[in-house]
Amino acid sequence: MSSYEARFKVWRGDVAGGGLEDFGIEVNDGEVVLDIIHRIQATQAPDLAVRWNCKAGKCGSCSAEINGRPRLLCMTRMSVFMREETITVTPLRAFPVIRDLVTDVGFNYAKAREVPAFVPPDGLGPGEYRMMQEDVDRSQEFRKCIECFLCQDTCHVVRDHEENKTAFAGPRFLMRVAELDMHPLDAAEESGLDRKKTAQDEHGLGYCNITKCCTEVCPESIKITDNALIPLKERAVDRKYDPLVWLGSKIRRRPSGPA
Amino acid sequence: MSVVDRQEWDVVVVGAGGAGLRAAIEARERGARTAVICKSLFGKAHTVMAEGGIAAAMGNVNSGDNWQVHFRDTLRGGKFLNQWRMAELHAQEAPDRVWELETWGALFDRTSDGRISQRNFGGHEYPRLAHVGDRTGLELIRTLQQKIVSLQQEDFKETGDYESRLKVYQECTVTRIMKEGSRVSGAFCYERESGRFFVLEAPSVVVSTGGIGKSFKVTSNSWEYTGDGHALALLAGAPLLNMEFVQFHPTGMVWPPSVKGILVTESVRGDGGVLRNSEGERFMFDYIPDVFKEKYAQSEEEGDRWYEDPDHNRRPPELLPRDEVARAINSEVKAGRGSPHGGVFLDVSTRMPADVIRRRLPSMYHQFKELADVDITAEAMEVGPTCHYVMGGIAVESDTAAARGVPGLFAAGEVAGGMHGSNRLGGNSLSDLLVFGRRAGLHAARYAAGLTGLTGERPLVDDVQVDTAAAEALRPFSAEGPVAGVEDSRPPENPYTLHQELQQAMNDLVGIIRREAEMETALEKLADLRVRARRAGVEGHRQFNPGWHLALDLRNMLLVSECVARAALERTESRGGHTREDHPAMDRAWRRINLLCQLTDPTGGLAATDPVHGQIDLVRETTEPIRPDLLALFEKEELVKYLAEEELYE
Amino acid sequence: MKSGGVRNGTRAAITAPHLRTDRWWLAPAMTAAGLLAFVVYSTWRAFSNTDYYAAPYVSPFYSPCLAENCEPMRNGPNWEVFGSWWGLSPALIVLIFPLGFRLTCYYYRKAYYRGFWASPPACAVAEPHKKYSGETRFPLILQNIHRYFFYAAVPVAGILTYDTVLSFRDEHYAWGHMGLGTLVFVVNIVLIWAYTLSCHSCRHIIGGKLKHFSKHPVRYRAWQLVGRLNDRHMLLAWASLVSVALADFYVYLVASGAFDDPTFF
Repeated sequence: MSSYEARFKVWRGDVAGGGLEDFGIEVNDGEVVLDIIHRIQATQAPDLAVRWNCKAGKCGSCSAEINGRPRLLCMTRMSVFMREETITVTPLRAFPVIRDLVTDVGFNYAKAREVPAFVPPDGLGPGEYRMMQEDVDRSQEFRKCIECFLCQDTCHVVRDHEENKTAFAGPRFLMRVAELDMHPLDAAEESGLDRKKTAQDEHGLGYCNITKCCTEVCPESIKITDNALIPLKERAVDRKYDPLVWLGSKIRRRPSGPA
Repeated sequence: MSVVDRQEWDVVVVGAGGAGLRAAIEARERGARTAVICKSLFGKAHTVMAEGGIAAAMGNVNSGDNWQVHFRDTLRGGKFLNQWRMAELHAQEAPDRVWELETWGALFDRTSDGRISQRNFGGHEYPRLAHVGDRTGLELIRTLQQKIVSLQQEDFKETGDYESRLKVYQECTVTRIMKEGSRVSGAFCYERESGRFFVLEAPSVVVSTGGIGKSFKVTSNSWEYTGDGHALALLAGAPLLNMEFVQFHPTGMVWPPSVKGILVTESVRGDGGVLRNSEGERFMFDYIPDVFKEKYAQSEEEGDRWYEDPDHNRRPPELLPRDEVARAINSEVKAGRGSPHGGVFLDVSTRMPADVIRRRLPSMYHQFKELADVDITAEAMEVGPTCHYVMGGIAVESDTAAARGVPGLFAAGEVAGGMHGSNRLGGNSLSDLLVFGRRAGLHAARYAAGLTGLTGERPLVDDVQVDTAAAEALRPFSAEGPVAGVEDSRPPENPYTLHQELQQAMNDLVGIIRREAEMETALEKLADLRVRARRAGVEGHRQFNPGWHLALDLRNMLLVSECVARAALERTESRGGHTREDHPAMDRAWRRINLLCQLTDPTGGLAATDPVHGQIDLVRETTEPIRPDLLALFEKEELVKYLAEEELYE
Repeated sequence: MKSGGVRNGTRAAITAPHLRTDRWWLAPAMTAAGLLAFVVYSTWRAFSNTDYYAAPYVSPFYSPCLAENCEPMRNGPNWEVFGSWWGLSPALIVLIFPLGFRLTCYYYRKAYYRGFWASPPACAVAEPHKKYSGETRFPLILQNIHRYFFYAAVPVAGILTYDTVLSFRDEHYAWGHMGLGTLVFVVNIVLIWAYTLSCHSCRHIIGGKLKHFSKHPVRYRAWQLVGRLNDRHMLLAWASLVSVALADFYVYLVASGAFDDPTFF
């Protein structure tokens, strides 16, 4: 097994301030960045704060930025870097910092609460749900989301514009709206809730300019932009900008039901 | 002592995994004001790691399935040591719990007629596991999380406050359960982010903190699994049951070292993956124990036919219960037929086309691709046993999930003992979380309601207990350093070092194969670590300080490790997740024996105990006989293999 | 209200607008250069009003040709919808449709928002703008009419298909011949169709809007096919952009006499 000494710069500090701190640290074969952060913790900086949990890319806790790119610490192998390269690790830069690599991701939990939940269909009891695989495929892709919030972090709408945080739910939660709108048994529409419309009016779908950074960073390789955001935009167009649909719904005097 | 913030709730749930969230949902729906407190962020609990599925006898794929068959499989898997009433309730209620998830928005994989698809798994007679690819745990946790959010949305509409009736305290740790007399009165907690202490006052506390895997070096468990709930219950005076039974999952990754232990789901075998040694032999055929001889294929041809025609063929031995497979792999490696990195080969690449593998095992494909640079569609995986689950846990009443001896304390999920006996079947964990999580929430809410009426009186949190708990939690900041002029005085211990030593000791000495002398050594090592842990010191301040958190968790890991070692030393037989090299056979006389661990110091103190004797007392207890109608589900010939003579003729 | 981006007071104190060490600027720079080159070329060709017809080939920039000042093309798509009052290049009448289609295309939007407007220049690289309202307001809210440009793009592609059929004639309008230009036209029209059908709006109309695929098996199949094309939408966008420019350039070369169209048969 070959090991070498790598150079790391890790951001340390809190909301009052801080900076990049240098570390020289041993790296062994097959290790990931999180292993190195842990080694720094165990040998050089026992109070270095880092959020992590499963260490297998399944929980989405250890989100940070490595050489300026939003990534999971546990899924970034050291072998992708040159040995002589200095590796810079910082906390997510779209959210308020708490300490060292830990940020306050409360924004995401607040946004999660603003998306109306699944509406169960009337007249179907537990055990009576029948859904075909091809009808659940789309929403299942979105439910692979591990809520690492890397997409929320990289999205320039909020990353570069703090003031947009109130109006914009971010890719993860717009995708949640898409997931529910594509759920074959979601009865939101029957209950008077138009998810297509609220996506635009309440969750800020229009802020998205489909520049696809969310898709680029997704560790689950969910095609957020092509499969969730753009289809959602198209669904909003159906509702708001398509005169034919508008006319049709006027003539038939009812909103067009689920196809 | 500074004034500690107090908040009043009806039910406090410790842990936000499947069991905790299900308990919280139930308690809130029963009208209890409920707080959930968890060490990680909301939605990150260890449940997300579960891959295979939720076992529930819905009979969607094979209509021959029903709760009786599920019950039978569970008891066989647990080698008849299960708390049978729990196994019965579990088998009966699991389907309802799964269907209920659908009404909350879960999207399971479907059968061709639109029902929930079910897959085969080790030890289950029929395809029984409701699943979503190989990320079922994520689906479960996300569904429960979203259900909680939907309840909060309802509360918001009514009260203007999302958290008026159901609140999640994320990234907080409970260090002590508070009591008034024998009854639970609340929980002492700290916020990891700020280090701030606070007390949640509540007559009911549901413990659902999961397992203990972080006491072992090679484990599939995350950092959270430090046995907190086990220790909290012990310290509150509740006994732990059968802690010697620790499940080593047969297939964990063995390479590279940094991911050693990470789970390779059993679905790989359920979907056709086979185990081979370095000689290319499917060795599992040599390891079918007598009790399972009639149930498993005797030839590779028959085993292969079973995937297509399960009604006329027996299943391949790769799908034996986990303890059998783990032991077999261990033996093969020991006999020198292991893979280059000390495991065996698990191969799907020669069994299924690449696109089928990628579709059915997407996370496994990614896990190996990204962590080990192995393409499982082209080459075999290297796997070996990894500490996965503890069957032992808090002793509970089967119907109510109430911990024994401590009114107001409830336990559900992995932290509760009894349900799985000596070995858990894959898929029975997620259903356990839902069935008993719901029951714990229900009874916790009822119990709390009984104390909030006119006659009832809520127990109070005592200031002295709060101060003691705060002092205990702050101890690592004032660890004794070297004292000038005093001989033998040493610098504070590094908690990371202590943790590594503990993991190594448990792995080597109380691991998958156990020997008397080694376990005695382990107990000595634990005593030494316990003394040193009292001097574990940390630098820095209380804000998100991982060294401090670990120093506090060490107390729990040491307590739980001692329980495992003591119980393992006591049980002189091999059964399920407990294998003794010096007592290799299962002993029918032990079937009726439960081992209960209790704190030596009944006041819950830790300081005064003698380092050699340790902190744990063991009590033997004879189990209640299995109800005759349940016994009648088995053939007599099968029962004689498990039950003691006198049980058979009672 | 708090404002600002990565240097906002609550965020980790890092002064650099980004810490990326790779060549993140390369992709937006190449995109900008590529688009700019096309804009310059197509502007020149659209306004030039010459050398766009060399029997049997008509430049895709000038088809259909709808003014009286169009060059006569036998059987070609030139109808004098616009009378003699139209004095500008007839390309301008028609080009608005493919131009609008591409301008509102979800891929091109990404490309020019990144390449020209630096919003953002690359992922996790701070953008230079103080304010950002995305596509919520005029004029960018008009991006939502992409679907109508798709509706318009389909007949345009149909006419270009017709032109391609006509290109199987020789310069004397005799059928059954094929030159290098015919090949250029065939390749171009295949790419145009692939790009047009791989459009996100098309994917939505074909099947994406449905809630239950299981009740519409044919549209489901079609949606899957369009989805497969849609995966390559970016590639098709560039390929068809280049091919349409090449097809025009080929006609220019032949019409201006700089090149003689080699015939295969």
